[in-house]
Amino acid sequence: MLAPFTPGATAFGLAHVLAGALVLVSLMMLYQDRLPALVNVLALHAALLGIAVGWQAWLQRAPELYITAAIAIGFKAVAIPLALHRIIERLDIHREVETVGGISLTMLAGIGLVALSLLVMLRTAAQADALAREDLALALSVILIGMLMMVTRRNAVSQIAGFMMLENGLILAAAGAEGMPLVVEISVAFSILIAFIVIGVFLFRIRERFDTVDSAALDAFRGELQ
Amino acid sequence: MTGAGAAFAAVIGTLAIPGGAMLLLAFIPSWRLAARLNALASFATVAAAAVLLFRQPAPDGLFLVDGLNIAFLLLNGLVGFTTSLFSASYIGHEIDTGRLAPHHLRLYHAMYQAMMLGMNLALVSNNLGLMWFGVELATLSTVMMVGLYRTPAAIEASWKYLILGSVGIALALFGTILVYLAAQPALGGGMKAMQWTGLLRHAAALDPALLDVGFVFLLIGYGTKSGLVPMHAWLPDAHAEGPTPISAVLSGLLLNVALYALLRFKILLAASHASIAAGRLMEGFGLVTLFFAAIMLYRRRDIKRLFAYSSIEHMGIITFAFGIGGPIGNLAGLLQMAMHSLTKSAIFFAVGHVAQAKGTQKIAEIGGLTASHPFLGWTLVAGIAAIAGLPPFGIFTSEFLLITSTFARAPLLAVLLGLGILLAFGALLLRMTGLCFGAPSPGDAPSSAAATPLLLHLALVLAVGIALPGFLYDWFAHAAALLG
Repeated sequence: MLAPFTPGATAFGLAHVLAGALVLVSLMMLYQDRLPALVNVLALHAALLGIAVGWQAWLQRAPELYITAAIAIGFKAVAIPLALHRIIERLDIHREVETVGGISLTMLAGIGLVALSLLVMLRTAAQADALAREDLALALSVILIGMLMMVTRRNAVSQIAGFMMLENGLILAAAGAEGMPLVVEISVAFSILIAFIVIGVFLFRIRERFDTVDSAALDAFRGELQ
Repeated sequence: MTGAGAAFAAVIGTLAIPGGAMLLLAFIPSWRLAARLNALASFATVAAAAVLLFRQPAPDGLFLVDGLNIAFLLLNGLVGFTTSLFSASYIGHEIDTGRLAPHHLRLYHAMYQAMMLGMNLALVSNNLGLMWFGVELATLSTVMMVGLYRTPAAIEASWKYLILGSVGIALALFGTILVYLAAQPALGGGMKAMQWTGLLRHAAALDPALLDVGFVFLLIGYGTKSGLVPMHAWLPDAHAEGPTPISAVLSGLLLNVALYALLRFKILLAASHASIAAGRLMEGFGLVTLFFAAIMLYRRRDIKRLFAYSSIEHMGIITFAFGIGGPIGNLAGLLQMAMHSLTKSAIFFAVGHVAQAKGTQKIAEIGGLTASHPFLGWTLVAGIAAIAGLPPFGIFTSEFLLITSTFARAPLLAVLLGLGILLAFGALLLRMTGLCFGAPSPGDAPSSAAATPLLLHLALVLAVGIALPGFLYDWFAHAAALLG
């Protein structure tokens, strides 16, 4: 006999499916070695976040969260990726292939981080309700993968992608925390921050992070060559 | 006007004055006028903060002003005001030498006030989310100012600051969300679960496990902003490449504000059933930071970078002091914070003028300042002596208090602390003799130093070192008691 259908279970299930999909797309971003493809996956990531937040808005009957969802889809899934594509074209870095640490090692580290955050959060948030708990665990995975991306990649566009991934994880966590105030304000603040970063890259044509392995270049950057 | 009304107006003043000045200064084309208005607005802000000494708004509202943050607010206002005076004479020279164009200064002045607004918002707000927002605003505005010179090095420094600072505030936000989730079952969600006053009242009912994990994220997040090792990498670059007034407020104020945020959470944790030893974590971070910075001090070749590492060192000492806690430990931490702010900003005022007079920031190319620029040279000597912890300056008092109170609790830690302070002391003294004594280096352009801010700061530090006035002691002790 089939288990009785409960709307609650489906609703929770869908929220978890969306959050889980976000983790999967985060892992997908780790193995993109060409920048335009990376930006496309980033757009997918943000769109998924938008749907997940929209679903939370409906679940929690919190209409203001629809604004956050709209920001995710309109700004982070469309406007920013378009701007990033433009930067890639202008700076002529289509073919940038990055090999810090190697893809397979990074993937392994990413999977390890997912396991770690599930272990930590499921245990610490044992008292919280199931919806928040699993959401939090998955959100932390996204945050950690975003940080991993920022650490392992040198290129400025990939760093932005990593930071946006991190931020998407934060918004997912904030939206999952039932009744949390200021989520909309925070998502607006983050959008402004990202806009700042993107404009900065565009204006100053920043291509790379600056800690190259070449120690002479490092000293020159520190302004300490005599 | 009633007492509470006046207090509320004063709090609004500490936010509205910098906020309004920010909007106004963005549209004033004359930099001379803008520099004056900047100083005027900063003075009005410190005046508004001073009102709060006598009247405080009712707790539970939008704002929370108690013995702890009033100290920070006043310090913020005072250093913000004196730095705006220094800034006026500093940028005059930069315009004359063509390093800055007048149109850069509209952004600069507007961002200066935006930073003051962000810091004050973080200090007075009764809400975790608003506090976080204030720290973010202050970070972003300083990022803009660090990159002001538009040289490759300045842009690199501000990019690094932006990325590391953003990761820091992002982690702090995750910690904030966890604290909210810890409070939500007990306080029932919504704004109430994000207000300090409500959280503290129900601290015993908060979920301890979530608080534990949350504090780790907060420590790393806000610790990045206050320059704790190993998240300090942005700090020396931002200090060295930005305009010197910004180095002064970064070291003197912004690091403090980030640490203040951490202290608030520590108070909350102490009142709850959380099992994580916040104090032990802070001691560890503090000691590592102190030692790392003290060793790095020996290898610096750039004068602003040298004092940036000295700020990291002091943040380590202060974090350690709050980690040790107890009435004396907290008192020493607060005193050290105030003294470090005043001394370090005074040093940066002097360094800014020195770098302008000598045309370089390289330590090797600066020497014999007491002979070539007696005023700058001797104030720098006094400043370095004070920051290194020599009596009779105030930092000696706070470090002495800290070491003695640590000895009573954990003698081994006190030995380590003393060793770290001595290491840094050696490096600073070594650099002081090179910079200030001996044969003067070439470059004797006269400097039109703004003497008042420099002398005022050093006089305050000296006065506290010689005899801590009774009312000041009571006040610090009261604030220290709040920290538990």
